[in-house]
Amino acid sequence: MESIAIVGASLAGLRAAETLRAENFAGTIHLVGDEIHKPYDRPPLSKQILSGDWELERTWLTTDEKFDQLDLTLHLGDAAVALNVEELTLALASGETLDVDGVVIATGARTRTIGAPMGGVHTLRTLDDAIAIKQAFESRPNRVVVVGAGFIGAEVAANARGLGLDVTVIEMAECPFERSLGAEMGAVLADVHRDHGVDLRLGVGCQEIVGDEHVASITLTDGTNIETELVVVGIGVVPNVEWLEGSSLTIDNGVMCDSTSLAAPGVVAAGDVARWHNVHFDETMRVEHWDNAITQASHAAKRLLHGESVGPYAPVPWFWSDQYDRKIQLAGRTTDFDTFEIVEGDIESRKFAAIYGRNGVIVAVLGFNRPRHVMRYRGLIDTKTSWSNALAAEF
Amino acid sequence: MSFKVVVDYDLCESNAICMQIAPEVFEVRDDDFLYVLAETPAEDQRAKVEESVQRCPKQAIAIAETEGEEE
Repeated sequence: MESIAIVGASLAGLRAAETLRAENFAGTIHLVGDEIHKPYDRPPLSKQILSGDWELERTWLTTDEKFDQLDLTLHLGDAAVALNVEELTLALASGETLDVDGVVIATGARTRTIGAPMGGVHTLRTLDDAIAIKQAFESRPNRVVVVGAGFIGAEVAANARGLGLDVTVIEMAECPFERSLGAEMGAVLADVHRDHGVDLRLGVGCQEIVGDEHVASITLTDGTNIETELVVVGIGVVPNVEWLEGSSLTIDNGVMCDSTSLAAPGVVAAGDVARWHNVHFDETMRVEHWDNAITQASHAAKRLLHGESVGPYAPVPWFWSDQYDRKIQLAGRTTDFDTFEIVEGDIESRKFAAIYGRNGVIVAVLGFNRPRHVMRYRGLIDTKTSWSNALAAEF
Repeated sequence: MSFKVVVDYDLCESNAICMQIAPEVFEVRDDDFLYVLAETPAEDQRAKVEESVQRCPKQAIAIAETEGEEE
């Protein structure tokens, strides 16, 4: 293998490049990214950048020196528009064609939004998005309306409250965070927001965003109208797969890969765009977490270089979210959990760890300001510890 | 050549990822603070510490190369 193209210049793309070099790949590495920025870190965008605690420069994922050492052939501000899987050729928007021996697909995802673009209506995914929302915060809007009580929306709400702004969060589901945390724990997190003065409206969606050039109000599905100068839409993301539609890859809510992250001979995928069968949970999943972008990119790069011998990619997914003074961490999968137990601390103090089980095995752990316990129980998930043994464990 | 583990405690938020990767080097204790158990770990810990550097959500860990005779 003499040349590899990495499509996507964010966290997964960069970590794939670093892994290729660490594994002594000395050939050409093309790094293709549609943003003009060098790889930057996204978690601070909804945290320290919005709160104003960090300068933008602190989001760069690597130093200039280390980046230069990777000796990449950069195609930034240029998007991949087509992949010929059989020939392993990649067409770029600029008209250039890359003829390579291997491809890492790491094109990530983009935000879903509502309606036509309008001033004061934002989504949050990119550095430019974060800068725009931060500036909007600084103009002291009469109210911030967050559409969607997912983790991004929740972090936006927490930071807006931290700046003393009035915040309304609307969420279609009756219970926020239910999909990731389960109903009971979702309700605990909802209460954290209420206690910090968030006007949380559940079971209602956005009917219409009203305004001419700039948003003036938002109409909810129950008919309520809320005056607002800033709307942040946080209703999830869709994987960036359109450029692969003419290819022979299987596209189904992401790029379908086998259990090793291989999508086709010579083609691997990693990060938000990749869907694969995680044999640990016997579940086909697409994981949008920061940590997964790193570990899957590393695995995928090794898969490309070394073949099947690297084995399946079967991690215990993990993410964190910082909201107010709470650090919320979830490791594992809560899908179809059938047992649940608080194993440390208590809900009242909002410092606790809870574990989730399925079919007699521990499958997930949730922590509120309990990182040590989350990591210890994550180890038990890794080893598929029985529910009874997990309950008996002392940390 | 040996190396030193440097933690920026202003950045560290005790996510404890490092503790899971390199338990011989990092430990988050009951007070929820990170303690570095081995500031100049043995060379066989380098790969784990490097992974910890990469996977720290706050990018709070760094490796400083030191001359071997220092310690």
